[in-house]
Amino acid sequence: MADACIWDKPAECMAAQDLRRLQGERLSQTVRHAYDNVPAYRKKLDEAGVAPGDIASLDDLPKLPFTTKDDLRDNYPFDMFAVPMEQVVRIHASSGTTGKQTVVAYTRDDLDLWAEVIARTLAAGGVQARDLVQNSYGYGLFTGGLGLHYGAEKIGASVIPTSGGQTKRQIQIMQDFGSTALCCTPSYALVIAETMRDLGVDPAALPLRVGFFGAEPWSEQMRSDIEDQLQVDALDIYGLSEVIGPGVAYECLEKAGMHVCEDHFYPEIINPDTGQVLGPGERGELVFTSLTKQALPLLRYRTRDLTSLDDPPCPCGRTHRRMDHVTGRSDDMLIIRGVNVFPSQIEGVLMGIEGTSPHYLLVVDRKYGKLDQLEVWVEVSPDLFSDEMKRLEAVEAKVRAEIESVLGLSVRVKLVEPKSIPRSEGKAKRVVDRRDLGQ
Amino acid sequence: MRVSQISVFLENKSGRLAEVTRALADRGINIRALCIAETIDYGVLRLIVSDPAAATAVLGERGFTVTETEVLVLEIPDRPGGLAEAIARLADRGINIEYIYAFVTKSGENANVVFRLEQVDQAASVLADAGFRILAGEDVYRL
Repeated sequence: MADACIWDKPAECMAAQDLRRLQGERLSQTVRHAYDNVPAYRKKLDEAGVAPGDIASLDDLPKLPFTTKDDLRDNYPFDMFAVPMEQVVRIHASSGTTGKQTVVAYTRDDLDLWAEVIARTLAAGGVQARDLVQNSYGYGLFTGGLGLHYGAEKIGASVIPTSGGQTKRQIQIMQDFGSTALCCTPSYALVIAETMRDLGVDPAALPLRVGFFGAEPWSEQMRSDIEDQLQVDALDIYGLSEVIGPGVAYECLEKAGMHVCEDHFYPEIINPDTGQVLGPGERGELVFTSLTKQALPLLRYRTRDLTSLDDPPCPCGRTHRRMDHVTGRSDDMLIIRGVNVFPSQIEGVLMGIEGTSPHYLLVVDRKYGKLDQLEVWVEVSPDLFSDEMKRLEAVEAKVRAEIESVLGLSVRVKLVEPKSIPRSEGKAKRVVDRRDLGQ
Repeated sequence: MRVSQISVFLENKSGRLAEVTRALADRGINIRALCIAETIDYGVLRLIVSDPAAATAVLGERGFTVTETEVLVLEIPDRPGGLAEAIARLADRGINIEYIYAFVTKSGENANVVFRLEQVDQAASVLADAGFRILAGEDVYRL
């Protein structure tokens, strides 16, 4: 029975020593490919005094310098690509720290790889060709929608590409079409559950059986809430566009950590301050090296996500190591409804609006059964203040519109009294995250 | 002809209004009239006081955002239709009222109505021509 849930048994259940050898070979090819085709990597390796020939096995990995989001930004838009544009068949992008997008590319083989790892992801939750997969991740530059889409097609499941929003219609489709699997953010799953209650729809009467929830950090508490309310198995999935998108790691029905697709993406956990590699079970920053990607090879890419890796065998039979839920970031990036938000982007908007002060606070909240909400608190300076409400409301509307156009995310702007936002020595505290993500 | 109104930005937090009124009381400043407009997050307190300059100073010292605005204060007979006539005159001339509030004085014979308008000069002459009494700042501060 377990076998039916493993999409690629030879790969996913490969013996540890075989896996390490395969990873070593692929690593050495990837380093050579990156060095030969990406000037930025060549420069980095030359500066670190590392030649591609020095990387013969996994043991050599710590010799390689780290790659960061800044490297992608500095080489915006296409200079990190390792293949000519003729071979690129897809481009996606996500927001970066300074308003510039992080751009990622895929060759045809990369897209096949992506569909493969999503097929593993969905199969691990029991999805088969006869299933109807309702994909409520956004379609577009965001990797969630199209990523899940092609993996579900690869399995032969029937994909219903609803994309996000229009919750009542989502529920109508679930009822009428009989969707058996749901893909969306965990907070949207709770919105769907809440809307079902409002509409008097009984989730237990629906064929919906399993959900794949990612693009947003969440907790075990949310898992049990979603499972109770939607009557599904709620599985965590992990990915980031730089590595490939969703499909980097996925939970099996044991729900005890996400198996990393290690034959394609090699994970390390490091101490974010020292860069030192940490051992099994130790919490630190997740770092990925791509092992098979062509268009955008990644060498020791710092995800800034904090988690841990464990290696005891999983009862499901898969040998790939498991990562814990992501419980935080080693930088100040927020992930809200799948959108990356950097405080620096909001600061940039406020600096451009006359009269706003550089003192602001971002408050992220997850109210029960509601989508994550970002509130931007802006201090009312004497220049901004007016006795007329319409002028204050116009200020709020202007700040809101400009932030929304930069982030692509709806926000709530709240005007607060001057000096009411706490000043701190040194690095200002810009973010209050009230989402309870557990540890 | 003009009266200075001060406006204070107040977050919707308990105790903020108390701090404003305490600060004014400590300086011996008397409140002649007030009104609050509010949203979910904040309110704007508008005040006419015995000494606007001193009030602005003391509230600024205590960290409040304060602005002074000129308003018209009209003395209107305290009888049905008194206000209607004044507003009709302004409407006839296409003069918009941003907001309006009223207070009574000790004598109780007249109501005093505060007008916040974009076209203050034009409104003042229209109302004066129609025979309304417009109070000067000194009249109001000393009420």
